[in-house]
Amino acid sequence: MSIDTTPKPNWWSRIAHPGQFVAWTTPLLWPLTVLTALLFVAGLWFAFFNSPADYQRGDTVRIMYVHVPNAWLSQFVYVTMSISALGTLVWRHPLADVSMKAAAPLGALFTALALFTGALWGRPTWGTFWEWDGRMTSTLVLLFIYLGIVALWRAFDDQLRAARVIAVFTLVGAINIPIIKFSVDWWSTLHQPASVFRPQGPAMPPSILTPLFVMFFAFTFLFVTLQLKAMHTEIKRRRIMTLQRRLVQGETP
Amino acid sequence: MSAFWAMLRRELRLALRGGGNVLTLVLFFVIVGAIVPFAVGPDRVLLARIAPGMIWIAAFLAMLLGLDHLFGPDHEDGSLVLLRQAELPLGAAIAAKLIAHWLVSALPLIVASPFLAMLLAMEAETYWRILASLLLGTPALAAFGAVGAAVTVAVRRGGLIAPILIAPLSIPVLIFGVGSVTASQSGAALLFLAALSLMAVAMAPFVAALAINSAED
Repeated sequence: MSIDTTPKPNWWSRIAHPGQFVAWTTPLLWPLTVLTALLFVAGLWFAFFNSPADYQRGDTVRIMYVHVPNAWLSQFVYVTMSISALGTLVWRHPLADVSMKAAAPLGALFTALALFTGALWGRPTWGTFWEWDGRMTSTLVLLFIYLGIVALWRAFDDQLRAARVIAVFTLVGAINIPIIKFSVDWWSTLHQPASVFRPQGPAMPPSILTPLFVMFFAFTFLFVTLQLKAMHTEIKRRRIMTLQRRLVQGETP
Repeated sequence: MSAFWAMLRRELRLALRGGGNVLTLVLFFVIVGAIVPFAVGPDRVLLARIAPGMIWIAAFLAMLLGLDHLFGPDHEDGSLVLLRQAELPLGAAIAAKLIAHWLVSALPLIVASPFLAMLLAMEAETYWRILASLLLGTPALAAFGAVGAAVTVAVRRGGLIAPILIAPLSIPVLIFGVGSVTASQSGAALLFLAALSLMAVAMAPFVAALAINSAED
């Protein structure tokens, strides 16, 4: 009788098994890698050879094709982490922990790249590497939050306990994401306001928008690929730790 | 409610009888401020200009120092486990701890701040604004600190990580705290500080309780 009352495992609970997850997503890795590489080739070709130089700023406008996707990802990765944090706290989904841990260094990397390319772009166009403008400051804060979360992951010995505590902190830090988004509207100091997604349409001609969108997808797929691979690595690392612990305790693994 | 007051009394007694922690914090606060003239030179005009920022930095650092005592000793001697099982919700216990933490680690700094203002050649008018901003802003710092301390309570090397986690969250407090010095923005900045403090103090006990419950079970 008890067998009848147990719910049928759906894909959501089956994917909660780390081994199943790895088995299901490994075939996706290679196609994703190839797709990312193709998008990068196309995007970089557009960016370097098939898009106009700006009539005022010349070739420096091409930095945008790297800067904007990185800046978008710096926030997207944090949203991914926050959703994973909810998965950890609400459903205690085992893979949400893994996804949260894998995303933190990637988010830190994309944020650092967004700040770096922004500095390189700011020097010739604004005449300064850095300015304490609303969006730059809030993005720097985002980088600090990412690095703090990475440091927190490394400080805990028990990764399962760490996941729940870090999930709490990740959700506290999520308050920064809307601040970054609206910083250009609240404090219009130096960074330009939103110019792609706005009610009256993009403020750029298609010749610039095309490479921007291709690069945008290239970087997003790069994140998805790296995230999957990092999750696989983390699952393997945990399996090895479990085996080592059993070995120390004298059991046969 | 009596459990809440008992908790508050316990925290205050522990802090006041526990061997001069309060005095050490005040001393740290004053010394950090007193080092500034040596680092930037005793130019009175320059000192007066940077004094608000220095007082806020000194207060921020001094409040970070006190965080170890918020949950650390209770975690070590097991009181935290008892608090989790008590009839008083853990959030309420943490709220009492938070109030006690502000009373012993922020209020003494505010009392000592005129001394620092004098050393840093601050004008009387500026000082009154800074005093108001410290009174309104330090509860937010204490609340963020409580969240940071709760998140790192189970970490053995937590003392170093908590400041790294808290500093990015505290930036708005510092911005509005120092912003209150400018005469034209003073009112708005103080209102923002009050709003930040109210929000942080209202949310922090629950967030900290969630973090402690997650770390301990």
